[in-house]
Amino acid sequence: MNEQTPIAERAEKLQGLGCARKRVEDARFTQGKGNYVDDIKLNGMLFGDFVRSPYGHARIKGIDKEAALAVPGVLAVITAEDLIPLNLHYMPTLAGDVQAVLAHEKVLFQSQEVAFVVATDRYAAADGVELVEVDYEELPVVVDAAKAMAADAPLLREDIKDKDEGAHGPRKHHNHIFYWDAGDLEGTQRALSQAEVVAEESIAYQRVHPCPLETCGCVASMDKVNGKLTVWGTFQAPHAVRTVASLISNIPEHNIRIVSPDIGGGFGNKVGVYPGYICAIVASIVTGQPVKWIEDRIENLSSTAFARDYHMTGKIAATKEGKITGLQCHVLADHGAFDACADPTKFPAGFFHICTGSYDIPVAYVGVDGVYTNKAPGGVAYRCSFRVTEASYFIERMIDVLARKLEMDPAELRMKNFIAREQFPYTSALGWEYDSGNYHTAMAKAMETVGYQALRTEQAANREAFVRGETRSLMGIGVAFFTEIVGAGPVKNCDILGLGMFDSCEIRVHPTGSAIARLGTISQGQGHATTFAQILASEIGLPADRITVEEGDTDTAPYGLGTYGSRSTPVAGAATAMAGRKIRAKAQMIAAYLLEVHDDDLEWEVDRFQVKGNPERFKAMSEIAFAAYNQAIPGIEPGLEAVSYYDPPNMTYPFGAYICVVDVDVDTGVTDIRRFYALDDCGTRINPMVIEGQVHGGLTEALAIAMGQEIRYDEIGNVQGASLMDFFLPTAVETPTWETDHTVTPSPHHPIGAKGVGESPNVGGVPAFSNAVVDAFAHLGLTHTQMPHDHWRVWSVAQDLGLHG
Amino acid sequence: MIPASFDYHRPESLAAAVQLLGSLGEEARAVAGGHSLIPMMKLRMAVPEHLVDLRSIAELKGICIEGRAVSIGAMTTQAEVIASDALAQVCPILRETALQIADPQIRNLGTLGGNVANGDPGNDMPASMQVLDAQFEVAGPEGKRKIAARDFYEAAFFTALGEGEIMTAIHFEAPSASHGYAYEKQKRKIGDYATAAAAVILVMEGGRCSQASIGLTNLSDTPLYAQAASEALVGSSLDPAAIDAAVAAAEAIADPVTDSRGPSHFRRKLAGVMLRRAIASAQNRAA
Ligand SMILES: Cc1cc2nc3c(=O)[nH]c(=O)nc-3n(C[C@H](O)[C@H](O)[C@H](O)COP(=O)(O)OP(=O)(O)OC[C@H]3O[C@@H](n4cnc5c(N)ncnc54)[C@H](O)[C@@H]3O)c2cc1C
Repeated sequence: MNEQTPIAERAEKLQGLGCARKRVEDARFTQGKGNYVDDIKLNGMLFGDFVRSPYGHARIKGIDKEAALAVPGVLAVITAEDLIPLNLHYMPTLAGDVQAVLAHEKVLFQSQEVAFVVATDRYAAADGVELVEVDYEELPVVVDAAKAMAADAPLLREDIKDKDEGAHGPRKHHNHIFYWDAGDLEGTQRALSQAEVVAEESIAYQRVHPCPLETCGCVASMDKVNGKLTVWGTFQAPHAVRTVASLISNIPEHNIRIVSPDIGGGFGNKVGVYPGYICAIVASIVTGQPVKWIEDRIENLSSTAFARDYHMTGKIAATKEGKITGLQCHVLADHGAFDACADPTKFPAGFFHICTGSYDIPVAYVGVDGVYTNKAPGGVAYRCSFRVTEASYFIERMIDVLARKLEMDPAELRMKNFIAREQFPYTSALGWEYDSGNYHTAMAKAMETVGYQALRTEQAANREAFVRGETRSLMGIGVAFFTEIVGAGPVKNCDILGLGMFDSCEIRVHPTGSAIARLGTISQGQGHATTFAQILASEIGLPADRITVEEGDTDTAPYGLGTYGSRSTPVAGAATAMAGRKIRAKAQMIAAYLLEVHDDDLEWEVDRFQVKGNPERFKAMSEIAFAAYNQAIPGIEPGLEAVSYYDPPNMTYPFGAYICVVDVDVDTGVTDIRRFYALDDCGTRINPMVIEGQVHGGLTEALAIAMGQEIRYDEIGNVQGASLMDFFLPTAVETPTWETDHTVTPSPHHPIGAKGVGESPNVGGVPAFSNAVVDAFAHLGLTHTQMPHDHWRVWSVAQDLGLHG
Repeated sequence: MIPASFDYHRPESLAAAVQLLGSLGEEARAVAGGHSLIPMMKLRMAVPEHLVDLRSIAELKGICIEGRAVSIGAMTTQAEVIASDALAQVCPILRETALQIADPQIRNLGTLGGNVANGDPGNDMPASMQVLDAQFEVAGPEGKRKIAARDFYEAAFFTALGEGEIMTAIHFEAPSASHGYAYEKQKRKIGDYATAAAAVILVMEGGRCSQASIGLTNLSDTPLYAQAASEALVGSSLDPAAIDAAVAAAEAIADPVTDSRGPSHFRRKLAGVMLRRAIASAQNRAA
């Protein structure tokens, strides 16, 4: 590379921002050469497996280990009694509650961990599990959040029965966890009572599960010689795990090393700390041998963190012309047996109060009651920022409900109420400061691209043909416009267990012009090794192919809060850019010395510093790197390294317009997604191909949730559908073609203007599908119907509307 | 998801397999493609102490067609059923049914014999065996015998197969060359068992239905041969009244369980819808 090479060509060679660079991870994944936790094999490694509760609620009257201990290869059966002396029978949750590591005195949900069998191989462990005899006395079960707070509801949490004060304020009932609210109650009530039109709806977002392809697991290894504990595991936040492990085990933090190897999808499921991790660690400490614990699919779906289970009641006020004047929402949040939600500490309902969505709503109020039930704990952000998909589902359904009431087109109603471009930065009625947006433009582009008016005309014709008996299929058009809130978050109000939610990047530039960057985040499929190298390539002028990105090992990576809630690009991506800028600042001083000019006489251009007005005189970054290590430069330390800890000044607010067209077979309830158009605005686009991949994946998960996923419990607490026979994981056959599009509205406060995209398609997708299904029946009076829109529920709608004759 | 321990045997001949199953007794199970049995073992819902693998027994494999007489070895895979053009020529409903089973990977291992011997009401092949009036040939300690498909199924996972008996082949007479056929199945996704499914074979002569045979999948604790529904069609021009009568008769014998596919009443209604569609498609295909 020399001065003759045109600028554009040099920039292209870097494969920096905006380049559809192929994912560097794929070489190993497509060859089956990934290294997941279950690939880890250590000498003398033992295996742990759980005895789990068959009941939703029962008292444990006794545990007989004898037969299990007699199985050849079984070394130990650990129960709560064994953990009590270590004070490890309960562990702190991320939400300020405690969770039983192994059930103590009673079990509170089916599949709860009761005993941990340790054996020389996983087969012996499984045989041991069969033979542990637990004597249970069944207790009455509560699986319905609405019934949990009845005066005579059975007491679930005996361990905290005398606590009137929870982590988030007073508890009003023995199964109550918290009440949390935001907004102006009085003002909202006034707006509702004075409104020309009020639309109301009860909207439940069913319990689902992130269901990553790889289940959760770990290998814990206590080295008794040097006192060091190493844990490899499926951790979306390895540093947080290290800190928590240190706090609860009293092992000094420098003696704990947490490693997240390749992770086969997380989607929020791998944020929390599970009993399996604790038991594997304890077993390794006790035996002095490494211990592996890997869940199977049924265990994953029935015991590790679920998502949603939000029961929302809303009222929306408007003028007759369709100008929204107020919004009220109450949520009954089913948290299961322990409050193990993964939210920033101050936000027990996450960022649910983004529920005013993309609309300029003058006044709003939301209140959330969290309750205990006999269901698995969790409440994680399944491919969304904290409770944002619930919020988006709520407002996007409410807008449609209001549109029906006003007899107005739902797209038009949205257009009428969008926050206008000039209103940004915009402070919402519930207190968020939206950084940037251009909603009208995005919506207009979406409507024009799909030919919205023509679709409505076609729909009118379809409805007439249906009446004439010429078709048994109804066409639905679903519109959703979402605003996300991602990139948690500013340390001033975002922490998890007291740990500020900044993130970090450390860069070492090597003498020959290549580099390694280490971050506090951890990819689970997002392609960080690809995209963070691109951010850096543009910042420091070294080709992305010469930059290694490494994450996940707490002994080497700088402290960070991990990857979830679309926070990696907004926070760690920003740290990467900022660290790169530190490198560049030092490089400028070195270049000035080498070129014998003043710093200020230099300008940066793609991959070099050149003398202003004299571009033939330059030093490329690779030359500067060499000099940094090999020349004694007065006043400048050798080396070229930087670290940045980035505390974001604000969240970022990606948005998008989605339109879905569905054909519903009223006789079978089968829905055919004929078309799905997704316009995403995630600010500056780092790698369009990776963005497209994220959008495809997110839309497919949105399809899964809207059309089929559900973790249901029967009335006696049996979990239903906790295997892939029933739990809907779409294959290529069930997945429609996705049309993607974009606009670009950079974030004004992010160093490169990027906002994050991984979760947008889930947040916007679910309401788009739901709105489409409801829209198919809207002319017959339907305003809302419960997700998932599986065959029988859709068929029931048709049945209830009398369409089956 | 780890099965209890078991011993594994792989005999090379039918005689050796029969002998093994006889001597090992109740705790032994035959294994074919393993795609129903092994999942059950992983859930420890089946805990055989011995597995007798039938895959090395050459005489249990292959498709033989002589005129309209068809014999299919029990160990013929579902993929082989699909691949056989000769079979599709004389009896296309088997290809249509097999294509609705699970996915290609499973069909590469899963066998026709295993699918019909399993006794799970969710299996798809048994309904088509009902409409074809197939005979299952079995070999056991007492020698060989044939059991009619319509007499084979007693309850979920209970069949007329005696202890130690191995299914060796499936025999049937292919329907007349002019027949129309269809297997209509509604499922939630690839790899799912039927919410409701209907198999139909019919023959039209001079605008009238001269023969009709209807089977139903996953709508009771056994596959159903819908005799009254079949009879409702015979002699008719497949006019709406006849079809309504057939649908009503099929719905009347359908008694599906409520499961995560939906409540019983929905699945019963869906049986009618599948049947209507299967009749229409079979009528279209009838020469
Ligand atoms: C994910 C998944 C989806 C599936 N979806 C469907 C579906 O949609 N439709 C469907 O019909 N099936 C489905 N199946 C089941 C599949 O078709 C099985 O292959 C089939 O049911 C059994 O055939 P097999 O050869 O695998 O038998 P195995 O599993 O080996 O055996 C099944 C039972 O039959 C007995 N058996 C097998 N062969 C003989 C014999 N020759 N003589 C006596 N007894 C015998 C065994 O002892 C055992 O009890 C699915 C399976 C899976 C794993």
